[in-house]
Amino acid sequence: MEVQELTYLFVGLSFAVYIGIAIWSRAESTNDFYVAGKGVHPVANGMATAADWMSAASFLSMAGLIAFLGKDGSVYLMGWTGGYVLLALFLAPYLRKFGKFTVPDFIGERYYSSFARKVAVLCLIFISFTYIAGQMRGVGIVFSRFLEVDINTGVVIGMGIVFFYAVLGGMKGITYTQVAQYCVLIFAYLVPAIFISILMTGNPVPQLGFGSTLVDSPVYLLDKLDQVTVDLGFDEYTQNSKSVIDIFCITAALMFGTAGLPHVIVRFFTVPTVADARKSAGYALIFIALLYTTAPAVSAFARMNLIDSIQDKEYSSAPSWFKNWEEIGLIAWKDKNLDGAIRYSSGDAVKGRPVYDTERGPSGERIVLNSPNFDNENEVYIDRDIIVLANPEIAELPGWVIALVAAGGLAAALSTAAGLLLVISSSISHDLLKKTYMPKITERQELFFARVSAAVAIAIAGLFGIYPPAFVAQVVAFAFGLAAATFFPVLFMGIFSKRLNKEGAIAGMLVGLIFTATYIIFFKFLYVDLNTSENWLMSISPEGIGFIGMILNFVVAVLVSSATKPPPQEVLDMVEMIRKPE
Amino acid sequence: MNKELDRNKSYWRANLKIVSWLMVFWFLCSFGFGIIFSDTLDQYRVGGFKLGFWFAQQGSIYIFIVLVFVYVHLMNKLDRKYAKIEEKD
Repeated sequence: MEVQELTYLFVGLSFAVYIGIAIWSRAESTNDFYVAGKGVHPVANGMATAADWMSAASFLSMAGLIAFLGKDGSVYLMGWTGGYVLLALFLAPYLRKFGKFTVPDFIGERYYSSFARKVAVLCLIFISFTYIAGQMRGVGIVFSRFLEVDINTGVVIGMGIVFFYAVLGGMKGITYTQVAQYCVLIFAYLVPAIFISILMTGNPVPQLGFGSTLVDSPVYLLDKLDQVTVDLGFDEYTQNSKSVIDIFCITAALMFGTAGLPHVIVRFFTVPTVADARKSAGYALIFIALLYTTAPAVSAFARMNLIDSIQDKEYSSAPSWFKNWEEIGLIAWKDKNLDGAIRYSSGDAVKGRPVYDTERGPSGERIVLNSPNFDNENEVYIDRDIIVLANPEIAELPGWVIALVAAGGLAAALSTAAGLLLVISSSISHDLLKKTYMPKITERQELFFARVSAAVAIAIAGLFGIYPPAFVAQVVAFAFGLAAATFFPVLFMGIFSKRLNKEGAIAGMLVGLIFTATYIIFFKFLYVDLNTSENWLMSISPEGIGFIGMILNFVVAVLVSSATKPPPQEVLDMVEMIRKPE
Repeated sequence: MNKELDRNKSYWRANLKIVSWLMVFWFLCSFGFGIIFSDTLDQYRVGGFKLGFWFAQQGSIYIFIVLVFVYVHLMNKLDRKYAKIEEKD
């Protein structure tokens, strides 16, 4: 069978499984819809958390990003796993003990304030929609490249599937589809990695393979990669090029942001006991680590293979993946020295994202209209998001592996989108309607509103997919920075301090929010030209500023609390209850 | 009632001690070995890996898993101990 037929087969089969699970696990009550009846086994919840967490960005983009960043890419690896230690030790067990439905619910009750609840809902909706936009781009890329359907059709199909199991099954439906999606995505990630590791180093374990010697020489893969990258004018692969303080802050912002993300936290509300919540965080981390320790190996293999397979090749004899990705506009070649051969080195080949002419060039390439950068010799533009998808083709693996990766990418994007949609819908139906504006509605009505808001949220997410906002890449810094600067401190202090009161929490959240948002908006949207390390505060990039925002939040919250009156007795009793052994 | 309060207090103190120690290791293996001392550690090698690079891209993640399971184990032990004390009272 052709790659495309195989892809249809794998994607179709996986979708059929998701729909089957959705029908089997319909939600009957708000308890089912919000927290899956609190009856999810810790291992199943671990898998669901892993799928919920690992998005299109983790599956499709991360290895590509690290392939180009080298050691600097470690911030994602440590940041997106280390946050689970914080989650397990500081938040998950206590929030499970609290035993309610949503993250704003905890903030509203602990700080006895409906204003605090509303601020939390606002932050939650902003963070979650930011994130969904990225998932939709992932769905679009997979559909357009492998199934050759229009991106819009792809998004509509994806939305239809999510609509089906999220609206019907709520958290219950989402949980069990996420378990299936985890299996699909991890299998799809590991199979090509293992193949490539064997081909390049003879070692079937990618985590060890990228520290081994190459099959055809006694040289270590990473040493070869260091040498090749330096020869081509790039930074040495295993050396940092960012400053230590910036790497420190980015890693910290990602860690504390991870621990503060509502769609991850809420997963721990679904297990039966507090002990299960702790255990479940451990399982989740194992399932996540399986992908996260494989990713840097994939990055090193991909960077090596990429250079090997195109460097100094005539365009006419370039590999087919190069031309396929060029067709959909994610690779471009500008023959600057007019010799018909591909020259790949450091620097941007052309100015800006490539814009293509309808005509073909002398070697048969798509003509790029952008003006070339003559201060370097590089002739190739490669979108980093394609590395994971293109990797099996670059390594010349069989067609079924390529098809598998497409199904895995969709599983990663859809599972995360569904988790995000659920926290959006439950914060609207539960926190805004039931707890704030329409306290008289019955449970049946609340469930109905939960379904309606899920449907509306899906429609909006679909629009983001069809008309992708230009700022998707920039707003990732936003989601983590804001989660770190708003949620983490108030959740942490809500449990570990009895003195923190309403005034302190609200002031802290607002200061964290305003400081972080202003800094990011200033450098990422208003004065993009100034976005260089000389202009940054203490040379911390907008990606890492959430960490400083978090510290400010802590300081302000403590100062304001100590100047105002302590929380009422029933709140102190609640904190005491959360801390008590079960 | 007073007894219960004392018990809860000492449980909470034991909990904080466990968590603080684990946080020290958490900081050391990620921010310490993976970032601050990473370049210094790079002069040592494990197979094809420079040590600092290995901590940043592999080692820290393995240690995170160990830390969470050590936490699970210690907390379960603590819970059992306090459940027994409660029975006695």
